[in-house]
Amino acid sequence: MDAAALKVGDAIPELTINRVSRQTLALYAGASGDHNPIHIDTDFTRAAGVGDVFAHGMLVMAWLGRALTGFAPQSALRSWGVRFASITQVGARIRCTGTVTERFEQDGERRLRLDIAATDEHGDVKLKGEAVVAVG
Amino acid sequence: MPRLDRNLIGTVLEPVVAEVEKGEIRQFANAIGATDPIHTDLAAAQAAGYPNLVAPPTLVFCLAQRNAEPTKGLVKLGFDVAKLLHGEQHFEYFHPVCAGDTITLSTRIEDIYEKKGGLLEFMVQKTDAVNRDGTLCATMTAVVVQRHG
Repeated sequence: MDAAALKVGDAIPELTINRVSRQTLALYAGASGDHNPIHIDTDFTRAAGVGDVFAHGMLVMAWLGRALTGFAPQSALRSWGVRFASITQVGARIRCTGTVTERFEQDGERRLRLDIAATDEHGDVKLKGEAVVAVG
Repeated sequence: MPRLDRNLIGTVLEPVVAEVEKGEIRQFANAIGATDPIHTDLAAAQAAGYPNLVAPPTLVFCLAQRNAEPTKGLVKLGFDVAKLLHGEQHFEYFHPVCAGDTITLSTRIEDIYEKKGGLLEFMVQKTDAVNRDGTLCATMTAVVVQRHG
């Protein structure tokens, strides 16, 4: 898509992630170095009284990052941040979305500011934040 | 009852040094489902102007976890890890992080504050990721939340 043509109010292409599986969480634990058992060991979570394992917040953030680098090259990503609003359960189907809120110029380049969010299939917000992407 | 010492504000934590490898970039890209070949194929990365495979945007955060034990560091700072939440995470990028880089992560405690009458305590940590040439690649700001009760 032509990121430079995006206007305020336009959405970037939505990214839908396959249902969160335990295997996905195990792979992410190994790759990220975050071995917290709360994300991978159901025996631990049961003993701790939290029920089931749940996704690493930073895994969901990585998915949101894929939505950003999907509409513009990674080299155009200037800054972004999120607040972790709620935990993401095994089985959740995460949607990553972004909407342009501002077009502005800074450091000699045109930039877009976007509201970004990751939500599950029930509309529950998991992550919410903002990103700034250069468009030339 | 606050448990985080406000005198920690301004403290600089022990730096973490991470050697970024092709294998870990490929493994991380696979784990997050990133299909852009700049993370997995050297020719594609070089065609896009990178010297080597480029790390996906959040991998620079994970370099600390992969090369040190930041959770143990949080315990030393006074956190009860059983009631710890990652509240916010922010990134600002200045230069790519690629395979072959040696990245030094230096973290400073920027602020400690409380909300809800002390039921929640917040620590703001700012980390600079600097490569071997002394170039600042990224800054990261994490808000770590301690729940009480």
